[in-house]
Formats: sequence, structure tokens, C-alpha cells
Amino acid sequence: MKENKSKISNGLFYTLLSLLSVAFLSPIFIVLMNSFKGRFFIDKLPFKFPNSETYVKFENYLTGIEKTQFFSAFKYSIFITIGSVAAIVFFTSMTAWYIIRVKSAITKVLYFLFAFSMIVPFQMVMFTMSMVANRAGLDNPVGIIVIYLGFGSGLSVFMFAGFVKSIPLEIEEAAEIDGCSPIQTYFRVVFPILKPTAITVAILNAMWIWNDYLLPYLTIGNDYKTIPIAVQSLKGNYGSIDMGAMMAVLVLAMLPIIVFYFICQKHIIKGVVAGAVKG
Amino acid sequence: MQKKLKYYFPIFALPTVAAFTIAFFVPFVLGVFLSFTKFTTVSDAKWVGFTNYIQAFQNGEFLNALWFTVKFAVVSVITINVFAFALAFALTRGKKGTNTFRTIFFMPNLIGGIVLGYIWRMIFNGFLLRYQVDLTYDAKFGFWGLIILMNWQLIGYMMIIYVAGIQNVPTDLIEAAKIDGAGPFKILKNVIIPMVMPSITICLFLTITNGFKLFDQNLALTDGLPSKKSEMLALNIYKTFYGKPGYEGVGQAKAVVFFIIVAAIAFVQLVITRKREVES
Repeated sequence: MKENKSKISNGLFYTLLSLLSVAFLSPIFIVLMNSFKGRFFIDKLPFKFPNSETYVKFENYLTGIEKTQFFSAFKYSIFITIGSVAAIVFFTSMTAWYIIRVKSAITKVLYFLFAFSMIVPFQMVMFTMSMVANRAGLDNPVGIIVIYLGFGSGLSVFMFAGFVKSIPLEIEEAAEIDGCSPIQTYFRVVFPILKPTAITVAILNAMWIWNDYLLPYLTIGNDYKTIPIAVQSLKGNYGSIDMGAMMAVLVLAMLPIIVFYFICQKHIIKGVVAGAVKG
Repeated sequence: MQKKLKYYFPIFALPTVAAFTIAFFVPFVLGVFLSFTKFTTVSDAKWVGFTNYIQAFQNGEFLNALWFTVKFAVVSVITINVFAFALAFALTRGKKGTNTFRTIFFMPNLIGGIVLGYIWRMIFNGFLLRYQVDLTYDAKFGFWGLIILMNWQLIGYMMIIYVAGIQNVPTDLIEAAKIDGAGPFKILKNVIIPMVMPSITICLFLTITNGFKLFDQNLALTDGLPSKKSEMLALNIYKTFYGKPGYEGVGQAKAVVFFIIVAAIAFVQLVITRKREVES
């Protein structure tokens, strides 16, 4: 009797969750399906499979790629994301170690300012930041890495600092007695210990920078389009959108993320939880 | 170590501090200053006191955006957290295959706001066009569209945090409650929920802050249409800056108000978390 009951509840459990999973995945599937339909059929019949009348092969992909210069956008997105994440992990971990190990008025003020910057929404500084970036000659794909390092340093320094506090001083003192300079101590002893936090920091920043729209749009958007800017650029001035090209570009924009997610989903999920709990 | 390290400021801290100064500190201070001035190019800034702030609050669009944002934050916080907690609870009962479900539910969280906005715009319009209307016909459509979109995006994320919290509840505590004759509902209410309160606080504040700062999804889904009625705070500030020449000062004043609201929410969270740490 009891076994029967648990079988039924098991069946219910898996049916319900499978239905929910289908519901969760269906928006992505609908976009994929529509990316193969003629542009005028998408608005009216978005939930039908392409048929002989509506199927257009890869036409939407070709127009979408051409209209948005998708491959150039992909290149800029990759370059900016990898460059910024590398800079953030490298520099903010060093800064966090310095701030925690050297106790002075300056490091206390710096720590406070980094923590403070975490709660400031982007709109507060968007106008002045894009102006400063322009005046300082940072309105290009290399310069924006400096902007991301600066604007992203709050959370990253904060997370590294939290971990540095838990490293026993004895390890570093032993390295010093062995004749290590601070630079050697940092790269040979401290940074390897920081590695788990470095992965978390890298994932959180990569997700933010890859998907970020407004910051790159305001600083470099006129000359260099990242993927989110390319997607938004498909919307014409009067609000008209070539839905076929849009569907194809949406698929292309999601593809790298989904591939990346399936390659390192364990790290991603862990990193996001750690980031949420600390931030 | 400390004595020697002190002299290494230029190597260890200077690059970050310099970038931070350019990208955050100077823009922030300048932003606060400019909110009290009338300007178009910054060098022509003229001090006008609180005029910009008064104009911001006399502006119906801004108040409408504020009200829309508050409503959105309240509804989305409740729906997202209820669904996320229910899913987390279902997925922590030691059944097989739950990892696959977690992977699927979490995935939308990785997709960027602009892409999400256009995905759902197509889907909602597909439904609405059957009734000869679309998303921009009524601000209500935009509102519920955003709610559904954000639920899709954030349920998986919050679920993962709740899963971590529920898994940390010691099993002997639940066993003890069972032996005392508590049913599943009582165990949930009297054992699990009190034990995962820290996760609940984190998720509540993450969703509130997310709701207040929402921009990309709002821009892509309705762009504030019809006639700015579905505009949220961040989008309203953006449009004041870049859509209305001569109103840059008002835009900056709105941005400062926006900052104060978000900071106040973060401050309340800090106080609650601190208080709990002291108690335990």
C-alpha cells in the first residue's frame, strides 16, 4: 500500500517537473523555430512549425548577420569580456591582499569606497562616466577594459578581501623568512590559495560584461558594437523590426552562452551562489 | 611583511585605484555636483540649487515610473520567491534526476536582458495579435509581460540559493521533528523556513534590487510604450538624459534620487543581516 502511494507521488513529481522544464525551455525553442520562418509569418503565427510556405532555410541568418555585422560584434564581445575579466581578476586580487594586509588610514578609506561603489546603480554615473571615458581617450575596445576594471572593482575587491581575511598569516610569514619579496610571496603563495575565489569572481564578471548593454553602448557604441548592442540595433528608429533577422540573431546570441553553460555549469552555479551570498 | 608591503602600493593597488577613480569616483562626485546645475556639456554648468530636484518631482512621468517600479518590485519579489522556494523544496527531497531539472531552470538566468526582452516580445505579441492588440497597447500588458519575463529569468537563480540553504538544514533536526509527530507542512513551517531565513533574506533583497535597477528588459520589451506608461525608473532617467535636450540636470537629479532609493534598500538589508549575526 505504502509502496503504491510513493510510486504515484513519484510519477506526479516527475510529470510536473518535466512539464515545467518544457515550459522553461519552450521560449528558446520557439525562437529557434521562428528563425527559419519568413519574416512576415513570425508575428502572426509564432507558435506554428515552419511549413513549405513559411520555411526560408538560412535566409534570416544571412540577413541578420549582415545587418548587425554579427561576427564583428562577436569578436568585440569576446575581446572585451576576456580582457576585462583577466584585468579584474589580476588587479583586484592584488589590491584586496594589499588592503587587508596593510593597515592604514588609506586602505581603510579605500575598502569603504570599494564597498560603497557596489550599491551605486549605473544610471547614477552613466552620463559622467561616458564623458570622462571620452575625455580620457578610453572610448575604444582597449580603453573600455579600464572602465570595466574600475566599475567592477567594488564587488571583486570585496569578494577577494573576504577570502584573504581567512588565510592564516603564518603561511605568508614563512614565505618571507624563506626570503620571498612581497611580489614573490603574492604570486607563489597567496594567489594559488585565492584560486577558488578567482573562479567565482571571473564567472560573475564574465556574465555581467558579456550581457552588458548600456555601458558599452554609451562609451563605444557608435564605433564598436558588442552583441547586445547589435541585437538592439535591429530595432529601427520608428520601432519597426525585421523579425526574421531578429530571431536568427537571438539564436546566435544565445548559442555561445548555452555552450559555455553546458561546459562549466558546476563552476557557474557555484560561483553565482557564492557571489549572491557575499554580495 | 606589512612593513615591506606598505611600499608596494604602486604595484598592488595603484592600477585598480586609478581605474576606480576614472570609472567610478570622479563620475560619482561629478554626478552629485551636476545634479545641482543646469548643463549640456559640463563645462557650461550653472548652479541652480534644488531646481532640478523640484522639477523631477513635479514631473508626472517620473512619479509614474517610480510607482510602476514599486509595483513591479513588490509583485515580482513575491512571485519569484514563492515559485523559487517551492521548486527548491521539491528538488531537495533526495529524488533522482533533480540535477537535470536544476540545470534547466537555472539556464535563463545566463541570457542577457536585451535578448530576453526580444524573445518575450515576440511570444507575447504572438498571443496578443490574435485579439488585434500588441504589448504596447496598454501599460498593463507591459507590466505583466515584465513580471513573467523576470520570473522566467530569476526563478532558477533564486531556486539555487534556496537549495543551498535547505541542504544546510541538519537532517537530524528534521528526523527529530518527525519522531515528535510533525507532518510535512509543520516541518516546513517550523523547522525548514526558520533555518533558511538567511537565504530568504538574500533572495528577497536580490529580487528587490534587481526589480528597482531593471533596465535592459524594460527597453527591449516595451521601450516604455504606450507613451511612457510602462517606463521604469532606470529607463526614465536614461530617456531624460538622452531624449530631452536641456534636461540633463533634471536627469542627473533623478539619478541621485534613484541612487538614494537603491542605497536605502541596501542599508536596510545590511542592518537586518548584522542584527541576525549578533543574535546568533
